Amino acid sequence: MKILVPVKRVVDYNVKVRVKPDGSGVDTANVKMSMNPFDEIAIEEAVRLKEKGIATEVVAVSCGLAACQETLRTALALGADRAILVETDVELQPLAVAKLLRAVVGNEAPQLVICGKQAIDDDANQTGQMLAALLDWPQATFASRVEIAGGVATVKREVDGGLETIEMKLPALVTTDLRLNEPRYATLPNIMKAKKKPLDVTSPATLGVDVAPRLATLRVTEPAKRKGGGKVADVKELVAKLRGEAKVIA
Amino acid sequence: MAILVIAEHDQQSLKAATLHAITAAGKLGGDVHVLVAGHDARGAADAAAKVAGVASVLLAEAPYLAQPTAENMAANALALLPGAYTHVVAAATGYGKNILPRIAARLDVAQISEVIAIDAPDTFVRPIYAGNAFATVQSKDPVKVLTVRTTAFDAAGAGGSAAVTVVPAAPDTGHAKVIAQEIVKSERPELTSARIVISGGRGLGSGENFKMLEALADKLNAAIGASRAAVDAGYVPNDYQVGQTGKIVAPDLYIAIGISGAIQHLAGMKDSKFIVAINKDPDAPIFQVADYGLVGDLFELVPQLTAELG
Repeated sequence: MKILVPVKRVVDYNVKVRVKPDGSGVDTANVKMSMNPFDEIAIEEAVRLKEKGIATEVVAVSCGLAACQETLRTALALGADRAILVETDVELQPLAVAKLLRAVVGNEAPQLVICGKQAIDDDANQTGQMLAALLDWPQATFASRVEIAGGVATVKREVDGGLETIEMKLPALVTTDLRLNEPRYATLPNIMKAKKKPLDVTSPATLGVDVAPRLATLRVTEPAKRKGGGKVADVKELVAKLRGEAKVIA
Repeated sequence: MAILVIAEHDQQSLKAATLHAITAAGKLGGDVHVLVAGHDARGAADAAAKVAGVASVLLAEAPYLAQPTAENMAANALALLPGAYTHVVAAATGYGKNILPRIAARLDVAQISEVIAIDAPDTFVRPIYAGNAFATVQSKDPVKVLTVRTTAFDAAGAGGSAAVTVVPAAPDTGHAKVIAQEIVKSERPELTSARIVISGGRGLGSGENFKMLEALADKLNAAIGASRAAVDAGYVPNDYQVGQTGKIVAPDLYIAIGISGAIQHLAGMKDSKFIVAINKDPDAPIFQVADYGLVGDLFELVPQLTAELG
């Protein structure tokens, strides 16, 4: 069984982003970039399925700038077997990425696609669901456990009030939640090995996909700063303030 | 042309989140229709009909909709859509986020997530980068599909008298099956709609110590939440998580206990009206957003606070 794992290059989660003064977007120049954390969990899950003998091959895919090759090399160092970059300078929105991935799925014919549930830059939480819809595949989003047996995926999902277990026939799509697994670190020997693993580059035109953005970003602004920093000396003062000043408790 | 709201319900009643989505839908300019897709869901449909601002309720019933999948919910919405609706709206809950991208992809339109303000029927404000920036986006698509952040729109009140129209349910896609549900039953208010939220972080040290928060929550009729660190450490289940990747809350009072205040946590609670922080580290970032910061040992201060509230 082949597993396809889309990975996105995003601003590292430790970086505090700054809005550009002209309001055109967020400053990403000279900022540390990393693999989207939910995609790391997706790679880890796929690699574990391979280690268990359930998957035979793990293919990582990224869409975007040439620099996404670094992200794919990370995926290879974490255990993916090969990588595909759909290279473009166009700003990619989730629908466009889902269409590119549908084309890649068409070429690769995986039985399972594992996506991160959301990217920490645009926070859209859409691509996996869109890809599943375009492929007319079942989906299990926000997964905290995945079991594959006899051509069926049984997935425990994090839902609003607790957990839900879904059974779906393969091929199918899963998106990862935080507690699915704890991703490993890439070891130095594996980073070296990753450099020799195959990485193919293709393009939206080759895949026959129109990636023109559907949403125009009119402006990006900084949220109003919260005026915090107030301190109280003890519990008595806190309760007095909550009652008298804030009036939020009786 | 009208606006279709996808209702979230338990067959008998509407979930609070849908009331917020109905308010957002009312700002888009057009009749608001609510789709209740379920099994024996007349109760939920009648409840939707009584919500102020609702012009029509569409009830689709089938046994397979007792525990609906995203595939089947999307199919039922898509059956109604062609030419009839300018917008599809749902609350940005786990439920809404699971379904709406599927609808958008099938319509070949963009989806707009976690809308916090509606500037025009085609122009929306949404947070990006964990709420560290707000993007104003304009959709060029014929149908706009949006999830709305419940904390940004008031709950719609009562006073409606819409008709309930039964529509045929779409055939079961047969794609996937819900085989088990473990929904945590709680006497406490729901995290996203509670007036007071008490959240614990890694500073609590164990799941056992969360009991201390329960005593305080009982006094205040508060919901209990947690930071991602506390969830990662296994102290509490994931559905407690407040933050960018968990639940977004904006209660009247948010009490953060033993939480340092990572960016991703702040993204989930910084719109609260008043914030109290209790932490032993005076330099913890949580104090920068707190109205009332209390520096000290939470294991002494929380019982004191519980006692003080009598």
